[in-house]
Amino acid sequence: MYCQTVQVADQSEFQGGYRLLTLDAPDIAPEVSPGQFVHVRIPHMEESVLRRPFSVYRTEGPQLQILYKGVGKGTRTMTYLRAGDELSLIGPLGNGFPAPQPGHFPVLVAGGYGMAALYLLARSAPQPGIAFFGGRSAPDILCVDEFESLGWEVRMTTQDGTRGRAGIVTDEIDDWWAVRSDSQPLEVYACGPNAMLEAVARRAMERDWQAWVSVDRNMGCGVGACLTCVLKVKQPDGEWAWKRSCKEGPVFDCRDILWEED
Amino acid sequence: MPNLSVQLGPLTLPTPVLVASGTFGYGPEYAELIDLNQLGGIVVKGIALHPTKGNPTPRTAEVASGLLNAIGLPNPGAEGFIQEYMPFLRQYTVPVIVNIWGKTVAEYVDVARRFDTVEGVHALELNVSCPNIKEGSAMFGTCMDSFRAVVAAVRAATALPLIVKLAPNVSDIKEFARAAEAEGADAISLINSVPAMAIDVETRKPKLANVTGGLTGPAIRPFAVKLVWEAAQAVTIPIIGIGGISKAEDALEFIIAGASAVAVGTASFTEPRTVLQVTDGIAEYLERHGLESVDSLRGSLNTGSDAAVDTDSETN
Repeated sequence: MYCQTVQVADQSEFQGGYRLLTLDAPDIAPEVSPGQFVHVRIPHMEESVLRRPFSVYRTEGPQLQILYKGVGKGTRTMTYLRAGDELSLIGPLGNGFPAPQPGHFPVLVAGGYGMAALYLLARSAPQPGIAFFGGRSAPDILCVDEFESLGWEVRMTTQDGTRGRAGIVTDEIDDWWAVRSDSQPLEVYACGPNAMLEAVARRAMERDWQAWVSVDRNMGCGVGACLTCVLKVKQPDGEWAWKRSCKEGPVFDCRDILWEED
Repeated sequence: MPNLSVQLGPLTLPTPVLVASGTFGYGPEYAELIDLNQLGGIVVKGIALHPTKGNPTPRTAEVASGLLNAIGLPNPGAEGFIQEYMPFLRQYTVPVIVNIWGKTVAEYVDVARRFDTVEGVHALELNVSCPNIKEGSAMFGTCMDSFRAVVAAVRAATALPLIVKLAPNVSDIKEFARAAEAEGADAISLINSVPAMAIDVETRKPKLANVTGGLTGPAIRPFAVKLVWEAAQAVTIPIIGIGGISKAEDALEFIIAGASAVAVGTASFTEPRTVLQVTDGIAEYLERHGLESVDSLRGSLNTGSDAAVDTDSETN
């Protein structure tokens, strides 16, 4: 974990209002493992006391990339960053995805720009698998070429039917599962809105899939001190305990999360 | 090089800049990012006798120049803290100040007593002013009879240096400062967070699950400076100034107003190195002004008729 001033290498339009921010972070980038995040102090937001957490989309040597959309005060301000600007970055942070095991079939499930948090995993998997991407509309389906070029099969769902199948991502998963003949056990990795994660988790528990979800909670310090980003996690004694999504998470085994309480 | 060490009654701090309770965990959280031995002291997150889970989420909400929180003092309990965190903290030379709280005077006394023989604990900070606990804590900070009773009882229960953390939401801070001194506190710290709330107007829901919370951050600093200035005129025991410090100039305001030391709180979330930057900035200021120690600056506010200045860096 480092807290460093890093330089913006590039910022560009990605698609549909999504943007790609590339940072020169020579100490941090090489240490990022799939599912981890960085905590960004956004410049020109002096009235803002909190950093903003972002999944790391890609790393390449000394650089790391963040895929985001300017929707809130922080992300809209980020859109003004230009090559050469400096910002303070803490990272890599959090407990990422466990590495896919040989002999298991990897399945990715992403909603919104959740696929950004899954790219590093897809790239490091011992064999390509299948990726289910869901979004509201065609512009929300991102990175399809990037995953396909790693050999993954990508199945798309949009709520308005403008790209892929009309519906939600779990509809497509259910149909795929219903006709699947391969007997390799699944390893499922999911990132997206909470309702989607819960729907994936319920299927995983019913069908005995190993599944990990990356949760998105309001976050404060990012390093485990402030206890803002907690969620209820089951304990061996049948009780539950608050766990920090910044420290014990953001990735949890879906069986450990106390879903009904959320 | 000016002498940065300060004396808070029987407690010696290597620098005048601590980290405030609740904003720095128990130490390990930030130890990878900064050298804890460079801090004036670590005030750990509030500890009660028994483990406490804290409040439901959402627990914090960012507001203009501040942070609203209702974390609810989750903690592993005194035994849990001693076993999980004291071995770690004992590896450092930094003074460890344990912030303690309870729901009754008896609970305060029990937790204070528990720490009396724990190696590596340098002082206790009595939290009588958390606004986010339904029973106890906040009432002790704002009701004079309860306040006196809990300070006196804890004083009698511990031989450790005792710092009493004052609530800001009282009609006269001087009365509470004097009462703390009279009941045997070695120092006072102020301010705790300011009771506050925020509402999402679209959903008409409070932004915190607890509905109300405590405001911290730069927004409360001028309020805190004023209360420290008032308290400093009422007591002779040392004061730790807290409230919205994010740079050396902020800390210097508190010292000039009468604080012997300061604590950095919410700013650690923004920038973990704030506490070190503030420390360096104070040293640089003392040197530039030819001052040998923090004490020679303390309480030096010039309130003469020609004293007020027009320049206001805050509005620049």
